[in-house]
Amino acid sequence: MRKMTYGQGIKEGMRIRMLENPDVFIFGEDVGLFGGCFGVTSGLFDEFGDKRVRDTPISEGAIIGAAVGSAAAGLRPIAELMFIDFLTVGMDQLVNQAAKMGYMFGGKIKLPMVVRLPAGGGVRAAAQHSQSLEAWLTHVPGLKVVYPSNPQDAIGLMLSAIDDDNPVMYIEHKTLYAVPGEVEDEVKPIPFGKANIKKEGTDVTIITYGKQVYDALKAAEILAKDDIDVEVIDLRSLYPLDKQTIFNSIEKTHKVVLVSEEAKRGAYTGELAAMIAEECFFECDAPIKRVGALNTPIPFSAELEDYVLPNAEDIVNAVKSLF
Amino acid sequence: MKISNQSIIEMYEKMLKIRKFETKAMNLFAEGKIPGFVHLYIGEEAVATGACASLRDDDYITSTHRGHGHIIAKGGDLKYMMAELFGKETGYCKGKGGSMHIADATKGILGANGIVGAGHTIAVGAGLAAQYKGTDQVCVCFFGDASTNQSTFHEGLNLASIWKLPVVFVCENNGYGISVSQARHQAITDISVRAVAYNMPGITVDGNDVFAVYEAVNEAVSRARKGQGPTLVECKTYRWRGHFEGDPTVYRPVEELEQWKKKDPIPRMEKYIIENKVMTEADVTKLNEKMEKMVDDAVDFAVKSNNPSMASAVEDVYTDIIEEARVR
Repeated sequence: MRKMTYGQGIKEGMRIRMLENPDVFIFGEDVGLFGGCFGVTSGLFDEFGDKRVRDTPISEGAIIGAAVGSAAAGLRPIAELMFIDFLTVGMDQLVNQAAKMGYMFGGKIKLPMVVRLPAGGGVRAAAQHSQSLEAWLTHVPGLKVVYPSNPQDAIGLMLSAIDDDNPVMYIEHKTLYAVPGEVEDEVKPIPFGKANIKKEGTDVTIITYGKQVYDALKAAEILAKDDIDVEVIDLRSLYPLDKQTIFNSIEKTHKVVLVSEEAKRGAYTGELAAMIAEECFFECDAPIKRVGALNTPIPFSAELEDYVLPNAEDIVNAVKSLF
Repeated sequence: MKISNQSIIEMYEKMLKIRKFETKAMNLFAEGKIPGFVHLYIGEEAVATGACASLRDDDYITSTHRGHGHIIAKGGDLKYMMAELFGKETGYCKGKGGSMHIADATKGILGANGIVGAGHTIAVGAGLAAQYKGTDQVCVCFFGDASTNQSTFHEGLNLASIWKLPVVFVCENNGYGISVSQARHQAITDISVRAVAYNMPGITVDGNDVFAVYEAVNEAVSRARKGQGPTLVECKTYRWRGHFEGDPTVYRPVEELEQWKKKDPIPRMEKYIIENKVMTEADVTKLNEKMEKMVDDAVDFAVKSNNPSMASAVEDVYTDIIEEARVR
């Protein structure tokens, strides 16, 4: 086992495939000389050169559009958007082009492309640099969406993302970049649609992903003192979704709390709740509970931001409300 | 510029093929046999034909909502095109794309596109792939005048220019963005002047003169193949039909259309061909009949083809996941 940070894990995943396959390359804003806004690509420019680690102009439409075109023409691009918030500027290229081309061309064109999307709040970056927009992406047929929570998964999911012949949205939580974790000496690709049970428990299931995995584990510790045995599931892959692991857990615990950092209205957790209600309702002996951010833009003030975003205490309260 | 008789005949054949295909599509739509939206290329045939005449099968194009002409010019098969217009399973997209989304990866056709301005950045990506792999492939990006007001035009041309990508931007300036005339949608008349902003060559040609288009694009293609970067070629042309079939075209004077019909690229080329003895009148008639027959055969193929199976509705969303089918 080795120790590395989440950011290093993302880099390692990219680096492994870049060493193996000359068609894999990285491009985006400040990913080259500068090493990426969050330092994730640092060192890759020196190692692979400016052909394979390319700085682009600040043109999100062109970044995603060029990813689509180069993937259609046989490369395996990894495009980095500096913040997921900037997706709005390249949304046509993603939603109307990348997500649709496979289907509307009858499967004639493949798009093996990865878009890296730093997301989430907690870094005092205010409303345009802090959003959690995964629900926009999971809503669009044609996209796959993954969201690692730790270095090991960051590597394994990145390997699978690069190997995939479909557009993969790889969401990264900004506050996790420096978070360390244990990593196997040789990490294998983690297949999409396989959730990870982070902690087994018998009384209630918390389903979450990304940064909230840590909040959920902290909540589980607190709840243990009240003799509530929590199971924590890290989805890792939002689409495809590991329904079976979810159902197995609810069949055991009969209670479920869904946690994300999204503004709660229209959140991905709403889709999960609906799916559980439709397909697993009779296993639930309490309301399906959701924890999310308040329905506001993310404020700048540290006190306000902390108030708006969900935390471990919110999860504890949500769980307790079911008993 | 010297063009071989063989090339001239091929270009003439392509223009005829487009005209006959589009005229048939127009009639089929009027008869209610083709559903959805149809945007016809009649009047603009010289642009696609002249532009694609310098391309190989392994070169790329990106196309637009008015894409039938581009696809035929790049070597698309009328049978699969017509079947797609009918929404049949034998169509290029298995009936899932329709008129606005025909693609053929084997011919480098990266798709017609329903979003105005979407091709600019996709073409840049294809050009990037060619440069990256060190091939001498090029990508021709077709787009209309109105799409040059989209941000993607700026983003795409800028990126192509700084990376010296092998992309030829071919603007079909037909004078209208749907119902809004060029004078009302931008403050310039020659779109090629915008090339200055990207430090790339820009040229305006008569888009109804297939030789003028060929010559300009040919030069741009050879520059691109040599690694000398992108070019903006503006072709002034006119669409005879409305933006879509059913458009009453109240926004333009009838005289304007009549003036442009006098500049019809096809009789112009016929005149050249006969005057220069490239073909005889009898050959021209025979070729016309051959193209008509080819279009009729395409319709026949489309009509006789099956509708898509319901199972196919959930296929091709992903290469590896088949979505859940409707539960009844």
